[in-house]
Amino acid sequence: MLRIVEPDIEQLGHLRDGDEKAFVMLVARYHQPLLRLARTLVSNEEVAEEIVQDTWMAVVRGIDRFEGRSSFKTWLYSILVNRARSAGANEPLTTAIESLHSVDPTRFDAQGQWADPLDRWRDDSESRLDAATLAPLLSSALNDLAPRQRQVVMLRDVEGLSNDEVCGALGITSGNQRILLHRGRARLREILDSKVEKG
Amino acid sequence: MLALRQKDLVCQQAVELVTDYLEGALSRRDRRRFEAHLRACPNCSAYLEQIKATIALVGSVEVEELSAEATQDLINLYRRWQSE
Repeated sequence: MLRIVEPDIEQLGHLRDGDEKAFVMLVARYHQPLLRLARTLVSNEEVAEEIVQDTWMAVVRGIDRFEGRSSFKTWLYSILVNRARSAGANEPLTTAIESLHSVDPTRFDAQGQWADPLDRWRDDSESRLDAATLAPLLSSALNDLAPRQRQVVMLRDVEGLSNDEVCGALGITSGNQRILLHRGRARLREILDSKVEKG
Repeated sequence: MLALRQKDLVCQQAVELVTDYLEGALSRRDRRRFEAHLRACPNCSAYLEQIKATIALVGSVEVEELSAEATQDLINLYRRWQSE
């Protein structure tokens, strides 16, 4: 999996020294991911944008206090989450009824074995699972996930944060993170399954 | 039909262990049971492969670039914060 490179210590050093270019580089890299996360925390677009702006202000003003005990990403995203919460994050507790099953239970028999096994996804050289073709579908599928699942899947699988970084940023336990990740990924697989070529 | 031994996982349980398996969160005993199940079950192996493919595809979703205008707005804010 592609991991995003942590901005090096030097870069953060430049930001500490008030180097505008360092700020621009961080904004280019993190502004949109922050906004996507903010949208899962508050329902209003304007508020989401304000929270991201507040986060940048807190980064600029607080960079001297960032000691590198957590990763920069954990620090950055946790500022956003805290801002969202103090802005009264009105995350719905239960949006849809979340399925507790990774796979539609009717696909199993009474003994819990596959009665209706999955069709294999076609993955040969002519018909590779094409990221470019599936990108719009995946983006909309991500938006359809329950907010907490979306937060975890976005940070882990889109942004490439580690388990620890996600727990730190969202203030959740490792076990809770795994449950959200599990349900989110299972739901995305199901959506992809209805779209990819089989063979 | 073969009776399932108590220690064997059934498919419906196995698919629920996929994330814990990928996260390295299963106990050694459970990991062995899970891997033994996969070796015997092509359908659960296919499920695991599809989850891995899903993760890879989600990882390739690109976030749209920030517009020049939005970047400039942030630079202006930055200058203001610096001068305050």
